[in-house]
Amino acid sequence: MSREELVSRVTDIFRRNFDDDSIVLTDETTAADIEEWDSLEQINLLLAMEKAFSIKFSVGEVEGLRNVGEMLDLIESKLA
Amino acid sequence: MLQYPFDGAYIMANKRALKKQLLQQPGLLKKKIAIVSGSTIGEIKNILEIFLLDFGIEPEFFVGEYARYYEEIVFDPGELRAFAPDLIFVHTGLHNLQLPKAGCSAAEAEQLLQQEQQRFSGFFSAAGSFGCPVVMNNFEYPRVRVLGNLAASDPSGRVRFVREMNSFFARHAETTPGFYLNDINYLSSWYGLERWSDPSYYNSYKYAQSPEAIPLLCHSAASVIKAVFGRSKKALMLDLDNTLWGGVIGDEGVEGIALGTEAPGGIAYLDTQSYAKELTGAGIVLGVLSKNDDDVARSGFTHPSSVLKVEDFAVFTANWNDKANNLLAAARQLNIGADALVFLDDNPAEREIVRSLGAGVGVPEVDLPERFAETVDHAGYFEPVSISEDDRKRAQMYAQNAQRAAAEASFTDYGGYLDSLEMQAFIEPFLPERMERITALANKSNQFNLTTRRYTVSEMQAVAADPGHVTLSGRLVDRFGDNGLVSEIIGRVEGCQLEIELWLMSCRVLKRDLELAMFDQLVEAARAKGVQRIIGVYLKTPKNSMVAGHYQSLGFTLLEQQGEDSRWYFDIPEDYTPRNTHIKVN
Repeated sequence: MSREELVSRVTDIFRRNFDDDSIVLTDETTAADIEEWDSLEQINLLLAMEKAFSIKFSVGEVEGLRNVGEMLDLIESKLA
Repeated sequence: MLQYPFDGAYIMANKRALKKQLLQQPGLLKKKIAIVSGSTIGEIKNILEIFLLDFGIEPEFFVGEYARYYEEIVFDPGELRAFAPDLIFVHTGLHNLQLPKAGCSAAEAEQLLQQEQQRFSGFFSAAGSFGCPVVMNNFEYPRVRVLGNLAASDPSGRVRFVREMNSFFARHAETTPGFYLNDINYLSSWYGLERWSDPSYYNSYKYAQSPEAIPLLCHSAASVIKAVFGRSKKALMLDLDNTLWGGVIGDEGVEGIALGTEAPGGIAYLDTQSYAKELTGAGIVLGVLSKNDDDVARSGFTHPSSVLKVEDFAVFTANWNDKANNLLAAARQLNIGADALVFLDDNPAEREIVRSLGAGVGVPEVDLPERFAETVDHAGYFEPVSISEDDRKRAQMYAQNAQRAAAEASFTDYGGYLDSLEMQAFIEPFLPERMERITALANKSNQFNLTTRRYTVSEMQAVAADPGHVTLSGRLVDRFGDNGLVSEIIGRVEGCQLEIELWLMSCRVLKRDLELAMFDQLVEAARAKGVQRIIGVYLKTPKNSMVAGHYQSLGFTLLEQQGEDSRWYFDIPEDYTPRNTHIKVN
């Protein structure tokens, strides 16, 4: 899967989760950029990504994520 | 998609859009619900909200602090009381229970059990003091058990300890009106203890359930909550061919259908029939809805293996009309709303037609006949909060109604028919031992209900105990049987006026003049309190148009009209003559 395709699928997950079609993700997007993105929503997002890409995150892996770019890197490493 | 078997991950990912969509339904019942918890509430509130909305309840939440359920209930600093909840949901579980150490002495284990039971006893009484229904989780079994299989029997075993605590909770629920269990012990066993929780989610976020199990937990809690508020379904409408038996009876005849233990294919249908039959014991009414010739459809129940008989059905509709219209007609015949029906049919096209009615009919998405009963069961449609004597007898009552209808047909004069029923009514103030039934009836009556006010058991108790209120409950017996407690009036006395806050009657005793007998008793009780004028109120709902003219027909005069709501008055004359002439009272 190309990075572009990955961004588009992850964007879909974000848009559905927050029911907001105006969300645009960049590598630099953080929780501060999306109003309702708190630690509980973070779990929902990760869960949705686990489902969507048939992968499993460990606690250690997701604890240190600082922005969307790192999230995408992590997914890419799992899919590789 | 919110019906069993549902996709937990889908619900979680789409909760915002789902909520927006569900909020548009008409007639949502607004309720204030407090959630207190021994673990993270977060998503649980959101998903519970979605299932409640799906059941027609719009919640306003009070969300307790993380793991403060005990303090918030027992030492409520006032916030919870100020919120004045209509219901408290206590989301606790194994993490909130102190468990014995493997190998400790029997005396130590017993002491710990006593201590935990006392702690929760204190919690129960504090929760009861809020005067609203309480729904509380029991305990799931532990993921690890040091003693292995011995943990089920040794006093220090955790499995045994949890079982004892659950029995203790069950006894409390059994003996305490207004306290209901959310049986997560059953739910987690059924779902699988391994999938039920996820240690990594607990460690990181203190969620007591795995994310995938949260919708299951919330669906279960919402099922109990909607039952408490009188939103459970009342009747199961059944298709016949390939639903209650295998094959098409019109083609294969009664000898050709698959039903019974002789052939493996017939067992599943037998199981479905047995399940439906057992539902009648819990007060659920059955109906047939089949595209067949009537006599052919009926012949199916003469099959030697058929558990269900024609008499088990309160409505029997077998014709070639479309099922959606037949379903609405059946609802009218049963005097219940279409939203109180569940429709079981193996044919996806028929299910879709009924769903597209948008009438709130429960339509389980079934596949294999082996799983029909399970699919209906796990959807929680019929969730009862208690089983009353009336529920046990309901199927019988419907059969009696059929006899009455036959008797009526043989009379040309309706008054003569009423006299022939030899009716006797017992009309009394609300008695404490009947409070559950009185509350249940008040919460489920929709059609003959002038104000459609809903009450909790404790509110009902308070009204009954208040000297400023007059309460009357009516039970009707006739020569075909006992109809049970079927009518209620609550009047509030203010000076020389009495305002009727609630007047309802079960539709199974319509047109029997019981409302006249109730009115006579109300007049008598009002007079005893020095009342000269009775005020009647009619509040229009989508379901109670049948009583729009009720006060007028009793001889009340219109006081004011606001939209479709109206207020009426009746000045009690010195020489009031009783209205009822066909029923012997008390």
